[in-house]
Amino acid sequence: MNDEYKQAAPVAAPGDPALADAVLEVRGVRRAFKRPHGEPLVVLESVNLNLHKGEIIGLLGRSGSGKSTLLRIVAGLIKASDGEVIYRGEPLHGPAEGISMVFQSFALFPWLTVLQNVEAGLEAQGMAPDEIREQALRAIDVIGLDGFANAYPRELSGGMRQRVGFARALVMNPSILLMDEPFSALDVLTAETLRTDFLDLWTENKLPIQSVLLVTHNIEEAVFMCDRILVFSANPGRVVAEIKVPFKHPRNRLDPRFRQLVDDIYSRMTVRHATGKATVLSIGERLPEVSTNLMAGLIETLASETYKGRADMPALAQALALEVDELFPLAESLQMLGYAELESGDVQLTPLGLQFAQADTQVRKIGFAKQMLTRIPLAAHIKSVLDERPGHRAPAVRFLSELEDYLSDSAAEHTLSAVTQWGRYAELFTYDDAAEAFSLDMPEAEAS
Amino acid sequence: MDSRTGAGDPKITLNELARAPAAVRRIVAHPYLAVRGIARGNLPSPWDIVAFALLFGTLVLISFGTSQFGAPLSALEKTPIDLNPWALPYYALRTTLRMGAAMVLSLIFSIGYAALAAKSKRAERVLIPTLDILQSVPILGFLTFTYTFFLGLFPGRVFGAELASVFVIFTSQAWNMTFSVYQSLRTLPPDLSEACTSLRFSPLQRFRRLELPFAMPGLIWNMMMSMSGGWFFVVASEAITVGDQTITLPGVGSYVATAIAEENLGAIGWAILAMLIVILLYDQLLFRPLIAWGEKFRADNEPGQVQPESWVLRMLQRSRFAALLWKPVDTAVNRILRPRRAAAARAESPLQLPSWTPLALDIAWYGVIVLAAAYGAWIAVRYISHAVGFGEVGHVVLLGLATMARVILLVAVASLIWVPIGVAIGLRPRLAAMAQPVAQFLAAFPANLLFPVAVMLIVSFHLNPDIWLSPLMIFGTQWYILFNVVAGASVFPHDLRDAADNLHLRGWLWWKRAMIPGILPYYVTGAMTAAGGCWNASIVSEWVTWGKTHLQAHGLGAYIQQATTDADYPRLVLGVAVMSLFVVSFNRVLWRPLYRSAERLAGVDE
Ligand SMILES: Nc1ncnc2c1ncn2[C@@H]1O[C@H](COP(=O)(O)OP(=O)(O)O)[C@@H](O)[C@H]1O
Ligand SMILES: [Mg+2]
Repeated sequence: MNDEYKQAAPVAAPGDPALADAVLEVRGVRRAFKRPHGEPLVVLESVNLNLHKGEIIGLLGRSGSGKSTLLRIVAGLIKASDGEVIYRGEPLHGPAEGISMVFQSFALFPWLTVLQNVEAGLEAQGMAPDEIREQALRAIDVIGLDGFANAYPRELSGGMRQRVGFARALVMNPSILLMDEPFSALDVLTAETLRTDFLDLWTENKLPIQSVLLVTHNIEEAVFMCDRILVFSANPGRVVAEIKVPFKHPRNRLDPRFRQLVDDIYSRMTVRHATGKATVLSIGERLPEVSTNLMAGLIETLASETYKGRADMPALAQALALEVDELFPLAESLQMLGYAELESGDVQLTPLGLQFAQADTQVRKIGFAKQMLTRIPLAAHIKSVLDERPGHRAPAVRFLSELEDYLSDSAAEHTLSAVTQWGRYAELFTYDDAAEAFSLDMPEAEAS
Repeated sequence: MDSRTGAGDPKITLNELARAPAAVRRIVAHPYLAVRGIARGNLPSPWDIVAFALLFGTLVLISFGTSQFGAPLSALEKTPIDLNPWALPYYALRTTLRMGAAMVLSLIFSIGYAALAAKSKRAERVLIPTLDILQSVPILGFLTFTYTFFLGLFPGRVFGAELASVFVIFTSQAWNMTFSVYQSLRTLPPDLSEACTSLRFSPLQRFRRLELPFAMPGLIWNMMMSMSGGWFFVVASEAITVGDQTITLPGVGSYVATAIAEENLGAIGWAILAMLIVILLYDQLLFRPLIAWGEKFRADNEPGQVQPESWVLRMLQRSRFAALLWKPVDTAVNRILRPRRAAAARAESPLQLPSWTPLALDIAWYGVIVLAAAYGAWIAVRYISHAVGFGEVGHVVLLGLATMARVILLVAVASLIWVPIGVAIGLRPRLAAMAQPVAQFLAAFPANLLFPVAVMLIVSFHLNPDIWLSPLMIFGTQWYILFNVVAGASVFPHDLRDAADNLHLRGWLWWKRAMIPGILPYYVTGAMTAAGGCWNASIVSEWVTWGKTHLQAHGLGAYIQQATTDADYPRLVLGVAVMSLFVVSFNRVLWRPLYRSAERLAGVDE
């Protein structure tokens, strides 16, 4: 990544107030998804944001908080149910010229070479073939892919593939670049290389882009890259905090002020969970799909000498090599079951949690079953339905459709899958995958 | 990748394991089985009934029409068939051309029909159930209609008969290809689809860059399957007797028909040899290169385990001459397909229709369809009741049961024989590599060429035709079971094999716990194809002739053949309809549920 890659970027017409500062505005955007039955699912509620020139904005939030939905609305891939996106002074309808997107999964066409992938977007513009070739080669050069032009994506490593993703977006000469967790499918080192390479191009003004909207669930990544971070809460997704990052690029992750900011954001993101303790869960509460093995592992780790029952989440995440997105649901599930509490960025085992760590498997299971029945209404509900039914069996769709009254289809499935896993571990009920039914009969000592 | 849970989750390794075979399974599986979400349950929906009524109403209308044409048939000029072996290359060429023409038709049809069904909800409602029934209609029962219809369109011209033959082959090829394209279009990777929208592709560019390439591997595989099934029908459709008129188109099929009439066993031997060579050439010159080329369209970015090889493709890719020929074609295609200007940003529904329009359109569209279906059902019922009476229906259903008993028994026996052999072969990679093409070849070989031999045996040993004609039904299609099982066993994960050994799984337990769940999806595809082929073949194998000798078994196939010979259209329609019903029910009640649970067992229930 060395060459100058700055083309005649569209310059705001003089005197155009909309473009003077904000490159793009999101005004009161709401988005709901229809469901087969029940109320529509509201994913985003009154979201406002301005993208300014020369700014990298981060959308930070847990998985399912609607970040990708917002990004897709800005990209013109889906429509807002309410509110509007103003781009270049006009409401946005559909994918606009000057807005490019980089995908988490790279989204490269496997049957096209690197060069063809980069050219595909220009082709759609109806540009002359010579010009297409020239611009594509330039983008490939800037992004550090020389020599790979004729390779197919499957021949490339993940990092190289994402570079193609960047080249394909940049060759369109965009003024806004949208990125949906562009580094999260890469290993740690590759991701870091790509981040710094991108930031180098950005700070040296070698990109045509005026501003960047980056979706991430990784707090460190957000602090490392962004100038402003918007923190999303879930159900429905809305901006709960806006944090300015005052550091200059290149940033040092080990700088105490950097660490302090990361810690701050951690605590802000756990605030909701601290109050969650008092509220009673409903049947339709979304359950994180984490395995009981992981829960037990975390409890044991917390109970160990190192942590003595309490740990700082960022430090814990680092020690366990977990992403926030993996640690949060895990800690949250412990909280739901009453084994731990979350407050200001710390996770603290409850006495029950400490007991669990000491107990043997059978005792653990009995305790777990009790916690499930008292604290997870969905589990109690399934159990009571099974108890009442003469055959002690009930089809999964029954509960699934009940859940779908509260949750999106996929969230309902994940939740049911989570409760199934937990219930099996606790020996509360069994699930017959072939018949797609819950039942109470545990397998007898089978003679086979 | 949002759905991935913790790194230590054991689920992930299992998924990893399941992934490699899944890629193969997706392509090899019968697309009809793999299509998801068309009919969630296996119970008939109202749309099935609509499709059924529409189809058979049309059939009745055609048969009405054709019985009016009547006379001009006899005017057709006759080309005598020369039994000299040296005439065979020419006949083989004609047969091959017919096959090629039908394949081109099938390609166009499958892409058009599938695109329509995948893009319009309204069309999908009708098109997919129709396709479901179409694929279960016994093609050979159709023969008479087809010929009378096309000869009616082109009275006295050979061209009409040629078209009829091509159409028959087309009907044997198109349906599974269509299902395959439809299945691909329904499962386009969402991220690539979004990338197309975000890059503002025009519909044409989207088709060229995403939809067609993504559908390609499945389409190529199904073309090959279709081709392989098609040889049987090309042979059966070249020579046909409608009423008192016998039509013979120059080709291998007619050559064989003439040899049968003249009881010339030597000529049959030559025909078999010619067919062998043609199939081999088709395979080497067309399908191996196609498959090797199609490899580049595989959507999963993992490097393939076994790269298909083709010497022809390698030669073409290396040869300057081929490149010289290809280059202008490529640039021409590019020039034609290249967008001239930026596609207008596709705002979702830029033109504001009044809110009642979709509903009104729905009512109009479905109203017309339902009315047409009601009319179709009415004329079909009236036609049958007038001409044969409803007492006949019971009789036909009984005959159907007899044929069904044969089909079930034959598939069971063939499975007992070929599954263990297939697994034994599949687990030995070298052997599998050798056996796979042989099995595919045997499946392609038109078994009807061998029927005369069977007749002679039955006659000379005074065997009971009700029993001994039956094996002919499955003779040509049993190979599908073999090669699907070989495919399944050869991608059976190594770790699982090791684990099974480690657990000392032996004997029946080994089959039950390890092997059967592993190969079941493949087996179901093979067995369904074999069973479907059986039903079709019953029409020619429950009723066979050798010179003046005529053998007949009791069954629905013989009933249909009899009606064909007598040009008795109402009975023909009835027989074909009942057989379709049997096949559709089989697919719904047996194969689809079995495939679903096989998939679930294999752990690919995404
Ligand atoms: N097309 C859709 N239909 C229904 N629900 C959807 C759709 N897309 C997203 N959702 C739901 O919206 C919520 C937010 O999703 P998403 O924007 O992908 O969150 P994030 O990117 O923050 O993880 C999730 O609960 C998801 O299930
Ligand atoms: Mg997301």
